[in-house]
Amino acid sequence: MRFDLQIIASWIKEGSTVLDLGCGEGELLSYLKDHKQVRGTGIESSEEKVTACIERGVQVLQGDITEEVTDYPDQAFDYVILSQTLQQVYEPDKLIKELIRVGRQIIVSFPNFCHWAIRLQILFYGYAPKNRQLPYEWYDTPNIRVITLHDFRRFVKATNCTIIKEAAINTHSDNLQGRIIRFLPNLRATFGIFLVEKRPKNSEESSHESKKTNQG
Amino acid sequence: MSLENSHKSVGLVSKEFFTFANNAPLRLESGASLGPITVGYETMGSLNKDGTNAILITHAFSGDSHVAGYYKEDDPKPGWWDIMVGPGKPIDTDRYFVVCSNILGGCMGTTGPASTNLATGKAYGLDFPVVTIGDMVRCQKRLVDYLGIKKLLTVTGGSVGGMQVLEWAIRYPDMLVSAIPLATTTRHSALAIAFNEIGRQAIMSDPHFNKGDYYGKDKPNLGLALARMIGHVTYLSDHAMRKKFGRKLQDRETLAFDFEANFQVESYLRYQGSKFTRRFDANSFLYITKAADYYDVKHQHGNGSLMKAFAGVKAKVLVISFTSDWLYPTYQSREMVKAMKKNGLDVSFCEIEAECGHDAFLVANDRQASLMRNFIDRLGLEEGYHAF
Repeated sequence: MRFDLQIIASWIKEGSTVLDLGCGEGELLSYLKDHKQVRGTGIESSEEKVTACIERGVQVLQGDITEEVTDYPDQAFDYVILSQTLQQVYEPDKLIKELIRVGRQIIVSFPNFCHWAIRLQILFYGYAPKNRQLPYEWYDTPNIRVITLHDFRRFVKATNCTIIKEAAINTHSDNLQGRIIRFLPNLRATFGIFLVEKRPKNSEESSHESKKTNQG
Repeated sequence: MSLENSHKSVGLVSKEFFTFANNAPLRLESGASLGPITVGYETMGSLNKDGTNAILITHAFSGDSHVAGYYKEDDPKPGWWDIMVGPGKPIDTDRYFVVCSNILGGCMGTTGPASTNLATGKAYGLDFPVVTIGDMVRCQKRLVDYLGIKKLLTVTGGSVGGMQVLEWAIRYPDMLVSAIPLATTTRHSALAIAFNEIGRQAIMSDPHFNKGDYYGKDKPNLGLALARMIGHVTYLSDHAMRKKFGRKLQDRETLAFDFEANFQVESYLRYQGSKFTRRFDANSFLYITKAADYYDVKHQHGNGSLMKAFAGVKAKVLVISFTSDWLYPTYQSREMVKAMKKNGLDVSFCEIEAECGHDAFLVANDRQASLMRNFIDRLGLEEGYHAF
């Protein structure tokens, strides 16, 4: 399983309910079903991937994540997962609010556009960044949102949510291997993963907010 | 699966009959009573000791119980879903006990308007009561009980057969492990009703129709053929027709400047229409299209709410639609999926890219075959399935 999905799986409690948006071929959901007795469902737009999900016994709906998610009642799932998709969403703020409505907690992962290699590319070459995580040209990339770990933390705060856990990792988008980055993550991590929940009303801010890192 | 297996047929099958409601007639949804009722059905494979490895296939509007295999060695064609049903096929008769019966109101072995009305000694004709999808399914339930089936591993079918699948899931939630409705809808759109009405009018305006009392006389074959031609167009797609016929001429090089079938598509439709009159009863056309038009899950089971209608469903559901189906377009499948998912049902949905229109579910399609095979086999495993 992809390294970022391994981390996400480790955060999910046994016997919980999970909605995986953009679930691909259902790797994560299938793992969670077999190893953590999770009752999960996925949303995926590609017919081929949907078929793969159904064939491995993963419940899945073919459709657009931003539309499909609106049908669920409030707090319908323990976790809603959006992995490596946020950077491709047209209205991320609306989507995240929807996720927070549908899930008690949400797990979001995305490529960190602030990695040092990207910074250097822009600084020295002056071209839009292109690498193994972001292999596209500016004109054909599906990644229309440029997000950094800092940006996301600020966004979570502004949305009245709290980060419960986070992991900055160094891995390639399709890699099974990777490592967690603890020093200067905004500079050194290729991906960020966040576990977020709605801030309880009237709660003291930062009572259990994760430790801020301002390096990088 | 070996290639050899994929072409294997279930072999010889035979139609059997089950009669019920001999003494107490069945009270239909319309309020009318009907009895006795005979159901024509075919089975393949063997039922296991617990009665839990059965699959019920519900046929579409003009289908019948002859889902796979051959009646005689020299039959030119096998049953209508032979590509899906047989040994080693997606609905595997080596593993499952497969049942398919003709629907109530039909003309292929089950009581319908052409059957003899015991009260008069003559065919029912239009004295046959208007039946519903619910009535059809209640008859199937009687058959399933009679066969000793305790639980259906799945109920599957397309089009009007898909309506019966939905009806089964709603009406008998404890009888089904899963349901696979294909290319279907929870209720007809105005477009679908319109085409059915044109077909019915074609039949009823045939000079031989005689208010449905034509048995033993000249039949309203022109009207029935016309109705079939119209129906056939709705089962295809613009793309399929362009690819199959285009503007090709039939057995000629130039236009004839007359009203014979100049174009291949005209000739094809005439052939399909006339072929249909040899196997189908015009009155059954009226009754079955009416049942399909009346079907409305939301109002019949949910008091106006589709969500409420599906609230009691326990089956795992796999909904499949096809991109070029303009009779029951994908948005209609999405509607049912939406209502199911709001109820927290275990539902999966896949829209298969297919060019051939509504009839796509009947045509060989690797994706559909593989989806259904894996979905059913996995359920079998999860249910602690054993063959016999």
